[in-house]
Amino acid sequence: MKLTKEEQAMLDGKYGPGTALAMKIQVAIGEAYNAEKMVAVSRTHVALSNQEADLWFVEKLVAGGAVCRVSPTVNPGFNLEYFQGITTIAPEDEAIIKRTREAYRKIGATLTYNCTPYLEKNVPRFGEITSYSESSATPFINSVYGARTNREAAQSALCAAVTGVAPLYGYLLDENRRGQILVEVEADIKNDFDYQLLGYVTPKKTGFKIPVFSGMPLNPKPEALMNLGAQLNTGGNVALYHIVGVTPEAKTLEDAFQGEKPAEMVTITNQDLKEMHEALTDKGGKIDFALFGCPHFTINQVATVAKLVEGKKLAVPLWIMTSSLTTELAKRMGYLDILRAAGGDLAQDTCMDQPCWHFLYGKKGVTDSPKCAYYTRRRDMSFVIRSLEESVEIALRGEC
Amino acid sequence: MLVEQVFSCHKISEGKASGEVLFSTDDFCFYLVDPKTGIVIEKNHCLEGRSIAGKVLVFPNGKGSSVVQADGMYQLKMNGTEPKALIIKNPDTTLVASAIIMETPMVDRVEDSFYTAAQDGDYVEVDADKGTITVRKK
Repeated sequence: MKLTKEEQAMLDGKYGPGTALAMKIQVAIGEAYNAEKMVAVSRTHVALSNQEADLWFVEKLVAGGAVCRVSPTVNPGFNLEYFQGITTIAPEDEAIIKRTREAYRKIGATLTYNCTPYLEKNVPRFGEITSYSESSATPFINSVYGARTNREAAQSALCAAVTGVAPLYGYLLDENRRGQILVEVEADIKNDFDYQLLGYVTPKKTGFKIPVFSGMPLNPKPEALMNLGAQLNTGGNVALYHIVGVTPEAKTLEDAFQGEKPAEMVTITNQDLKEMHEALTDKGGKIDFALFGCPHFTINQVATVAKLVEGKKLAVPLWIMTSSLTTELAKRMGYLDILRAAGGDLAQDTCMDQPCWHFLYGKKGVTDSPKCAYYTRRRDMSFVIRSLEESVEIALRGEC
Repeated sequence: MLVEQVFSCHKISEGKASGEVLFSTDDFCFYLVDPKTGIVIEKNHCLEGRSIAGKVLVFPNGKGSSVVQADGMYQLKMNGTEPKALIIKNPDTTLVASAIIMETPMVDRVEDSFYTAAQDGDYVEVDADKGTITVRKK
């Protein structure tokens, strides 16, 4: 790769071994993809995971004196103080979250602890070159805003934050953003939950090609697109999609395929959504808890839950994972009081895939997110998956 | 008689390693593997219940969110249950970055004939730096 003087200086250790390691990794990635050069990034987001590899890598960079040139927003681990109030946190889990927070503070990250930075705090403009990790974020950045990022790992995005550059390849280039397969949506897309199922099932038919959806509602809410992207990137590796008439690089079908004819086409029917739903969800019966906010809920979603439980008592505990900003809004707007009176709560700055939820292991929950169910398999949690409204009804009854 | 065949490939993550080859027709997420045993725990995966520990793993694509590949690979490595090398058809950034950081040799752009010549259990050596895969039949 051709490096600038400054990039070469970073690689040669002028800014310390941490920055040199970050640049070395980026050069290796660039060479794997035959990138000619690096390009400056204006925003970054790191999918902090508070797991061993995450901590090992950020501490290694910090020990090498690395400081971010482009401060990244970061994903949630868990809210230690909150969970210490409702359960027991093992000393090793307390130690790792404290070290994670400290390491990201030292490296100069913006400590948002939120997995939807694209809705608050880190919103790019069209065409902006960025480096985002987090599976719900990369499709939103690329597809909804038309900004540009590759599907970064947490570690490669952190390298970009430290060096301020990323190798120029993949989705950063015009020609790689062309739609590759037409997805005719015959299924009725009526609510946000249908976007979850559509997102999860599409890669089963399209593989890893860039899908171009046609036949979709023309003014979807951010929550619908958040769901679509999160599931596309969980059911498959889809970090860029187009919706004809909705997303900025797909004003028309021709636009989405950059003037070429679609070489392939698949159809998605109501039957496809139904079969996907049946394959994803637990059979049902008695449930032990309800868990929402994968990705973090917006204030609109919190409001939906609050209105459904207002003045009622939940049969099982219910948590909504969300950002500190949404938590503050929920307090001001009275939703938190309503939730708590019903036996629910907000879990701020927290991800479902964290050891703080140990008291739910081996139990069955209800959620609206296939992604939530997929990643908690390691934690022996099973889930009935339903629309948000149905999930809340199930939590009120305690069974489905 | 020992039959040895050499196939060309392209380096993604440097290094040289060898072991028994294991083919996955399904995409692969390293987080859905039990780190203590190396056994795949993903529901309905074609390798569910089988171990990837010490193997040269061949698979079409990586899958999973931006943290789980590195987290999964790191835990396997710490437990000594990691695959020795990775052979992939369509490398994605998440997996590429994870393999480089975890120093696991990984290659792509393998000659098509490799996929018919090699079978589960054959002994395979991956030399990412030279861009070669050597297959020794059982």
